[in-house]
Amino acid sequence: MADVSSDQQSRTEDSLEGILTMLPFVREAVQAAREILLANLIMIGEIPAPTFEENQRVEFIQNRFVESGMHNASADELGNALGILPGTSGERNILVVAHVDTVHAATVDHTITLKPQAAIGPGVGDNALGVAVMVSLPFVLELLNIELSSNLVLMGASRSLGRGDLEGLRFFLSNSEIPISVGIGVEGFPLGRLSYSSIGMYRGEIVCSVPEEYDWTRFGATGAILTMNEVINHIQEIRLPRRPRSSIVLGSIMGGQGYNTIATNAVLRFEIRTESEQIGDEIFRQMAAIISEVSSQTGADINLDVFARRSPGGITFHHPLAQAARRIMHVLDIQPRKSPSTSELSAFIDHDIPAVTIGITYGEHQNAPQEEVRIEPIFTGLAQLVGILLAIDKGFCDAD
Amino acid sequence: MLIDSWLGTNTFHHSEFWDLNALVKEKEKRQIKISLCIPTLNEEKTIGKEIVIFSSELMQRYPLLDEIAVIDSDSSDQTREIAASFGAQVFQSRDILPAYGEKRGKGENLWKAIYQLDGDILVYIDADIKNIHPRFVYGLVAPLIYRPEIQYVKAFYDRPLASSQGTRPSGGGRVTEILIRPLFSLFFPELTALIQPLSGEYAVRRRVLDKIPFPIGYGVETSHLIDVYHRCGLEAIAQTDLDRRVHRNQHTRDLGKMAFGILQTFLKRVEALGIVGNLPELSTTLRQFQVSNNVFEEIPLNIVEEERPPMIEIPEYTKKHKVS
Repeated sequence: MADVSSDQQSRTEDSLEGILTMLPFVREAVQAAREILLANLIMIGEIPAPTFEENQRVEFIQNRFVESGMHNASADELGNALGILPGTSGERNILVVAHVDTVHAATVDHTITLKPQAAIGPGVGDNALGVAVMVSLPFVLELLNIELSSNLVLMGASRSLGRGDLEGLRFFLSNSEIPISVGIGVEGFPLGRLSYSSIGMYRGEIVCSVPEEYDWTRFGATGAILTMNEVINHIQEIRLPRRPRSSIVLGSIMGGQGYNTIATNAVLRFEIRTESEQIGDEIFRQMAAIISEVSSQTGADINLDVFARRSPGGITFHHPLAQAARRIMHVLDIQPRKSPSTSELSAFIDHDIPAVTIGITYGEHQNAPQEEVRIEPIFTGLAQLVGILLAIDKGFCDAD
Repeated sequence: MLIDSWLGTNTFHHSEFWDLNALVKEKEKRQIKISLCIPTLNEEKTIGKEIVIFSSELMQRYPLLDEIAVIDSDSSDQTREIAASFGAQVFQSRDILPAYGEKRGKGENLWKAIYQLDGDILVYIDADIKNIHPRFVYGLVAPLIYRPEIQYVKAFYDRPLASSQGTRPSGGGRVTEILIRPLFSLFFPELTALIQPLSGEYAVRRRVLDKIPFPIGYGVETSHLIDVYHRCGLEAIAQTDLDRRVHRNQHTRDLGKMAFGILQTFLKRVEALGIVGNLPELSTTLRQFQVSNNVFEEIPLNIVEEERPPMIEIPEYTKKHKVS
């Protein structure tokens, strides 16, 4: 069976229950999109797209939008791929966005291996699958014989990760003439992810450098790595409150050139995550003080560079969009994992647009070369996305 | 036909055929049926991806291909299961024309595909391509669709034409550059214009394919080129640049076996065509050497390049395909 019956569809007009009843059939029907979806996943995933170098992947997405007969298929000046599937009434504009960029350099072998149960390769889940699902949506809706009343705006967002700081989506929301009613962020994994609120976040780097002709007799100074170690020890001493929940994530550290030379540089990447803007500001202030102190003690040049900042916010647990998403996941036997997000959501929050971020399938080894996504659960993830789209389209997610 | 003019008229870049809607329209107008054959032997790592890409892009999205078939030589891994799970027709080579027995070699699968598949054009794609893309098929079949006089299109792999600057080697493989090109230069100078005569990807019209013999081993590609050239001339051959192919690299020792097999086939063809006469009986033993504790040891390898006759000579074929 390739489409969902008109009788089932007509029941979606009445209530969310009608949509929920239809979802198991949707899950069955979308299996017919398997080859199209997997082909998109492979072809998108094999085009390298490190942040700020997404143009080739964006061009591919644009071509797909054109082939799907979407209106206004184009790339904007920030390099976002955009296309519009016009709705029957066009009263609402629903934005489905998937970030195009990955953490993998263009020099990494992006070959994807396809097995009957899984696809494997760098960035396959984060976020080639999210993009492939977004790009395949027009085909999936046609397959299901679903015509939305709302305009569906599809977007492959550039410059999302790291220093990109959601620049692509922010640009679109700030400059587009299309008023977005609701946003849906699509991530490859994990299925069950349900983010509707964003935590506050500072993301940055601490860069430590010492001159090559360094006076090694000075206090505590045996190169940039040990100086950075001193900084980390002090960061560990920062007292974090239990409530509001807060954490400091030390994400990566790099430094030095080899085995037998004293390191002249070291870089620490971090994120401060907190439910309270005030706490975030306080932690940031303490980190800045630590850096001044260690710098003055060691004479090393230490810089604190914060290049991304998010304010906490989002819709509440009881918002109809969050409720509908949970009920849809329940019907499809997906265990919702509410996780506050630092992803695309915060760009929506800054514009007071209700939004959720969801995952499509289960996977593992995120951001490793052998990143893996499981194929079978994709159809559940896809049914979930269709369910949320329908619920929004029929007005069941509107706040009073 | 001068090589220079042939390079100008019969050498293509896949990007010339980007408009798949136009290509499908032309195919339908000319009522051409196209079959894709993927010969396999233990290709479980790459076969799934090839099937998904071709069936999604060139059957569902753009109906360029009429059938996709895997013809397998008794793989001991999951090749057949994976190919079938992604929707390909899967055949065991030994089950096709069983009365004619079973021979080991890629050429055997290619030969049996002529009987098994129905297309007016057969396109052969190796199964070990890591960076598979629809261009591998449409880049090869498009010249046959648009140009009725072309019978045989061969792939070659190079950087995009638009970014090429200055002079550089044309980039054939090692066996091509140290064996095939010198041989072609001696006996068939016009065939040297083929950049990669040994590439395993090509598309051919049935009416030509069923009239040429099939070496079943290493020599099948070389033999094809010589026979098509001899029957139809250089103007019937074309080549398409497919940009880049990522695949397994072979060891020099394996390339030696390949060169030995090709050389056997080559000599048989030039003798059969009367270009050289009365060759002595050729040995089928390749002698390679290794050193073990400073002692040289001979490793003799028996490599016999068997040959299947033109398919048109097989009665079952003429009956099934209604050709005389």
